[in-house]
Amino acid sequence: MRVGLVCPYTWEVPGGVREHVSGLAEALMDLGHEVSVIAPADDDADLPPYVVPAGRAVPVPYNGSVARLAFGFLSASRVRRWLKDGDFDVLHVHEPAAPSLSLLACWVADGPIVATMHAAMPRSRALHAAQPILSSALEKISGRIAVAEAARITLVEHFGGDAVLIPNGVHVGRYEKAEPLPGFPGSGGTLGFLGRMDEPRKGLDILLTAFTQMAQERPGLRLLIAGRGDADEVLDQVPAALQDRVVLLGQVSDADRIRMLHSVDVFCAPNTGGESFGYVLVEAMASGAPIVASDLEAFRQVLRGGQAGELFETGNAAALAAAAGRLLDDPAHRATLAAAALAAVREFDWSVVARDVVRVYEAVAPAAGRVALAL
Amino acid sequence: MTVMITIIVIAVLAMIGVYISWRAGRLDRLHARLDAARFALDAALVRRSSIALELASSGLLDPATSVLLAGAAHDARSAEEARELPESDLTRALRAVFSQPDFRALLAGREGAEELLGELESASHQVFLARKFYNDAVAATQAARQRRLAKVLRLAGHAPNPEFFEIDDSLVPAGESGGPGADLPHLTAS
Repeated sequence: MRVGLVCPYTWEVPGGVREHVSGLAEALMDLGHEVSVIAPADDDADLPPYVVPAGRAVPVPYNGSVARLAFGFLSASRVRRWLKDGDFDVLHVHEPAAPSLSLLACWVADGPIVATMHAAMPRSRALHAAQPILSSALEKISGRIAVAEAARITLVEHFGGDAVLIPNGVHVGRYEKAEPLPGFPGSGGTLGFLGRMDEPRKGLDILLTAFTQMAQERPGLRLLIAGRGDADEVLDQVPAALQDRVVLLGQVSDADRIRMLHSVDVFCAPNTGGESFGYVLVEAMASGAPIVASDLEAFRQVLRGGQAGELFETGNAAALAAAAGRLLDDPAHRATLAAAALAAVREFDWSVVARDVVRVYEAVAPAAGRVALAL
Repeated sequence: MTVMITIIVIAVLAMIGVYISWRAGRLDRLHARLDAARFALDAALVRRSSIALELASSGLLDPATSVLLAGAAHDARSAEEARELPESDLTRALRAVFSQPDFRALLAGREGAEELLGELESASHQVFLARKFYNDAVAATQAARQRRLAKVLRLAGHAPNPEFFEIDDSLVPAGESGGPGADLPHLTAS
């Protein structure tokens, strides 16, 4: 199929939606489809060959922060030209409610249009005000996808109707092999944590309490942490004698992120809520790390009810310490869990996710003809 | 002699009384001017966001620009406390919309476009003026309230201490102003 993908946020700044679009584009090409992506970007920006720039993004206040978007008649005419040149079988827009290219594409195109909703915006007032303007463009969408339950609820609340759930994809193969960081995991055992250190819902304080308990009995045990936040604030929560056994990497590159996941004996996800999907868990699973995670609905689903990783009572540091301790003492069980995780994570691999997306294309395309210009 | 002293004391007290009541009256007039300026500023802000919302829902613009404008205008209108941020955001959204290349040219000749853009231009100018006059009134009132007499005798009564209203209301991007009238907002794309 010839597929046109629309990314509403600038290609030049990394972000969740952009990563999703590039991952999907590459996976679709691997499946033999022809793909073109249009995204806000400078005309002379360094882009992959399948990305067409729609002109420089303009920073504007949107939804409580500043977003880099492309809007206006000139952007619309760039989209129109791209549609004309592309002659697509299906048009797939991302985050169509954002005031940018995806919405413009819905406006200027007719025919089979698929949309993916990414963000959860519970009862957004701005969305509410824009609803009459949005509805005429969004009515043209014939197949709707949500990446997580929270995004689906946002869609239902604001625009009615429903969407199919297709999760975010991960390039599982990229996580399978990596050199552990120097000196890790070591013989005394290493626990790992990945995520914002200063976001309470990530639950780092619970892990620090558990680590303090465990470290008394396990003289070689270390804790490896990667993520943004204030290092001193984290170390202050650990007794002085244990502080040199807590290793803080700060914010790390994608490559080091994968190396970090290969450097731990047990990966801990002590989140207390707010996760709609559990992307870090999927990354840890793809790296073959044995996992101990909070018993949240989203985590329970990703870990197949505990088969692909241990679940502990959310918020309970003693339960986390007990579960992590059992795993440290049982290498055979660690290997079983890691193997189960590697098998389970296949369903989140882009090759599988992209096939589900193609099924949506096939469901809408034959009935709606080819993508054409409106008017 | 005592009669003389009594008369002088009474005269001095009367003069002090007259002076205090004159100061209090002046403070009262300043507060009245402040209230009027605040009222005018509120009205100008409401008018600006209303016209922005009208433009957003007029169908004259592309849907992305419309959604952007509608969201910003709605946030500005519905903010009760901490109004400065959403009002500044509305200015920034307007600035982004109006500084699109050929913005005016692309809308020229469309039914109702000239009128709406003209109204929005004048409404933005009204915000700029009303805010300037309001902040002038705040400065004058604050200075009068700061005087020792006004403080000791609490001449301002229970009137709350006025605060400046600080927003970004320039429709010319920062760094591009200069020349006469440079501090005035301009919507016309240059």
